[in-house]
Amino acid sequence: MAKNPNRPLSPHLQVYRWSPQMAISIFHRATGFVLATAGMMTLLWWLSAIGGGAQSYATFQQYVVSAGVDGTAVQIASNWFFRLVGLAVTFSFFQHLASGLRHFVLDIGAGYELKTNRLWASVAFVAAFFATALVALFVASRFLGVL
Amino acid sequence: MDSRTYIGRVRGLGSAKHGGEHWLKQRLTAIGNVLLTTWFVLSLLMIPSFDHAALAQWLAQPLVAVPMILMIANIFAHVRLGLQVLIEDYVHDDGLKFAAMTLLNFYVIASAVFGIFVVAKLAFTGAPA
Repeated sequence: MAKNPNRPLSPHLQVYRWSPQMAISIFHRATGFVLATAGMMTLLWWLSAIGGGAQSYATFQQYVVSAGVDGTAVQIASNWFFRLVGLAVTFSFFQHLASGLRHFVLDIGAGYELKTNRLWASVAFVAAFFATALVALFVASRFLGVL
Repeated sequence: MDSRTYIGRVRGLGSAKHGGEHWLKQRLTAIGNVLLTTWFVLSLLMIPSFDHAALAQWLAQPLVAVPMILMIANIFAHVRLGLQVLIEDYVHDDGLKFAAMTLLNFYVIASAVFGIFVVAKLAFTGAPA
């Protein structure tokens, strides 16, 4: 089919008011992408650093967890980058899990009533937010020496 | 060659029995991911220390290495199905779509094989000092 840019478009995203039900759909995809790329690459780096021996694990720790007091500027920058990645991946994990569980419920044909649908979409966001906050506090106090 | 329309050619043949395959596989791997990542998080919480020796000892145990290998395989299977849908929905150019799909398959298979190899090697031969 030839694509003619002058053809009229049907109403698209910009004419709708954003609702939790719409947001959770696109968040499911976005968080899935984050987990598939940043999440899995960091996991594989961690596993291969463990498998590679004490030296390679020390390198992983310097770049990802904490460079320590004599860390180079690059390592400290890398630490902050991976803290952001860690936060994004943690939120993505819980968000994708919560909206994935919601999908299971929808798949059996339940939860399509407007108010119910809206409620559980909101619950998924709130649950992911609090779970992420909990993990962030735990990691900050146990591994980063903050708090 | 026959001169019938496309719909005329397929009408009455019944389904190819493949219609639900992608959808079903996505759900099956999702169930697997719920179980395996729950195991992973609980197992992480129970590791006594995060220094290298303790982690290597943890990962080399059969009851950690096996679920870890399963988790890697299952996650990347799920990634392949999920990102395939993203590509199909958002990449409209046929050439780009083919390239993206090829790249996705390379990424998923290479990453899964790498991860499984790393865990298996550690479990079979132990970590170098």
